[in-house]
Amino acid sequence: MTGILIVLAFTVVIAVLLYYSRGEVPEQEKLVDIIDSLLPQTQCGQCGYPGCKPYADAIVHNHADINQCPPGGRNTIRQLADLLGGEIKPLNPAHGKAGPKRVAFIDEDICIGCVKCIKACPVDAIVGAPEQMHTVITLECTGCELCVAPCPVDCISMLVFVQGGRRVKLGPAMRTSS
Amino acid sequence: MNRELYPFPGGLQIPPHKELSNAKTSLITPLPDSIILPLQQHIGTPAVPLVKTGDKVLKGQIIARADGYVSVPVHASTSGKIIDIGNYTVPDPLGLKAPCIVIEPDGDDVWFEIKPTHDYASIDPKDLQDVIREAGIVGLGGAGFPAHVKLREGTESAVDTLIINAVECEPFISCDDRLIREKPGYIVNGTRMIRHAIQAKYCVIALEADMPEAYAALKELIDDDIDLIQLPVKYPQGGERQLIKVLTGMEVPSGGLPIHMGIVMHNAATAAAAYRAVIRGEPLISRYVTVSGEVNDPRNLQVLLGTPVKHCADQCGYEDKEGQAIILGGPMMGMYVNNMHMPVIKTTNCVLVTSTYNKSPEMPCIRCGQCVDVCPEKLLPQQLFWHAHAKNYDRLREYHLFDCIECGCCSFVCPSNIRLVQYYRKAKRQITQDEQTRSGADHARERFIARNARLAREEQTQNNELLAGSDIGELDKQAFIQAAVERTRAKRAQLGKQENSDDDQE
Ligand code: SF4
Ligand code: SF4
Ligand code: SF4
Repeated sequence: MTGILIVLAFTVVIAVLLYYSRGEVPEQEKLVDIIDSLLPQTQCGQCGYPGCKPYADAIVHNHADINQCPPGGRNTIRQLADLLGGEIKPLNPAHGKAGPKRVAFIDEDICIGCVKCIKACPVDAIVGAPEQMHTVITLECTGCELCVAPCPVDCISMLVFVQGGRRVKLGPAMRTSS
Repeated sequence: MNRELYPFPGGLQIPPHKELSNAKTSLITPLPDSIILPLQQHIGTPAVPLVKTGDKVLKGQIIARADGYVSVPVHASTSGKIIDIGNYTVPDPLGLKAPCIVIEPDGDDVWFEIKPTHDYASIDPKDLQDVIREAGIVGLGGAGFPAHVKLREGTESAVDTLIINAVECEPFISCDDRLIREKPGYIVNGTRMIRHAIQAKYCVIALEADMPEAYAALKELIDDDIDLIQLPVKYPQGGERQLIKVLTGMEVPSGGLPIHMGIVMHNAATAAAAYRAVIRGEPLISRYVTVSGEVNDPRNLQVLLGTPVKHCADQCGYEDKEGQAIILGGPMMGMYVNNMHMPVIKTTNCVLVTSTYNKSPEMPCIRCGQCVDVCPEKLLPQQLFWHAHAKNYDRLREYHLFDCIECGCCSFVCPSNIRLVQYYRKAKRQITQDEQTRSGADHARERFIARNARLAREEQTQNNELLAGSDIGELDKQAFIQAAVERTRAKRAQLGKQENSDDDQE
């Protein structure tokens, strides 16, 4: 019995020591930035907050769950769980489904130049002027889909993003003697 | 000349199996039914098509132009009609499709106009680079790095040593051996030409001791200007970093480039292709390919780029049998493919048919340490394996995953049959992809912040205007106009005075 007690006491002492030796808990704001750096920056709002930073903020201050970001998918959830010490859980289907990255494409023959999509784009990736056809700068598009709904003539579609004809880039192989 | 050699760490002696294919003269492969030319056959940006379906093209005509500096054009390898531009299976470890231009040969094999240059020494080294680039020359030994980029690196900094790599260390492959035996002049003159282009002080051609005929062929053509060096056989001696270590004793630091140490290395076949491009004006449209392993007539072929792999295998008596694997490249570093529909591209050096590949199930690592002993990069393969398995990417970096040259020595010796390299390749791919996503995300964040700032600014100006507007609305209009008139008058008066005073001064 005393043996167990001694072990218990030891554990408590060590736990307390460990706690203090951890040093300062990172300031909350720093944590928000770190979380923000792990989010995909699609700025789509599917998580229920108006952008990635607000979601990061909500995770820190309002105990928002870590599985609400569909564009980030499993990878982001895993990274958040690693960072915050929680468990890896599946994406909450209420917020949407994960999938390959898509980009918006404007059918320029149909576009009437209403500038509604330009106003909706969170990263200014659409160019055009009133009553001139608009177009998407593919490389700037985050695939948030926010421009799709406002279009009165339904000329915006989301296409799977394929870079240089390949979806994956291979790492450097052996340069045997190129 | 007897040179001191500096063996590299690790490495293996593996049965070379070169005798299967290296004794027979190479065959010129007959025209296939279709030529499939991927827009990307090199490291860098894919080429951009210049033709459309239905166009007639001639042999050697540029059908896709280079896009950006690290890119090279694609040439039609025979004359014929463009029948499609679309996605086709290409040599790819994941079996992916990629954009290709497909030519239906007309059988005439008519050349486009070509511009031979008879004397490379009269050409400015800089123009030489352009010729080599326009000819679509990339490294033919391995990854397909555009040759002109290395040449420019060479002209921009002082080059001490040019190494021409004729070390063909992978088992079964003998295409460079055959090329050297059949066209030693191209190799030697190509070497001299590259040396002229980068103004290298010393020049070395290195090959292994199991290529005595090639050695003799080169020896005959070489004066004292080039050092011809025979090395004891050891895998993977043909690796860029390994060969530099062997010849110079210097180690290319992690993340460094040979050029930083005054060294430029080109593959022997690349030198030959560059010479051909300059002297005969012929772009890179064909190459030597070894077809070996379990085929009836293993040998080397001269193949037009874009020829389906199956067509090449058929020339050598290939029969489809149960349990055979097809490998593009050698057994150590090649890629396993599921079918033979993909074309031969600039970097395809070998088609290997084998049923003796590693099929045994993987067992747990017993920490025997054999993989550590053979790693030529002095890495810790079993640690890398742990961390790759656990997807612990930070630790993988700490253990220098990106220094791994994917030589396969570790997989070869592992008694537990662990396909170690496959884990590393996968991890490298994932890390590269993650990095791209990350930098894309950082960029999007900046733009999001910039946009919010812009919106805030716009709102501010709008508010100001509104405020100003409401002031006007509440004033008596007459009084407002009156006030404006007064202001103008006052201003005029002031101006008048000023003018007067200006006059005074004059
Ligand atoms: S759901 Fe959209 S807005 Fe929310 S964190 Fe993910 S990418 Fe950002
Ligand atoms: S494959 Fe990589 S880790 Fe394995 S032996 Fe070769 S260099 Fe070392
Ligand atoms: S050779 Fe295989 S079993 Fe031995 S330490 Fe390396 S990974 Fe483990």
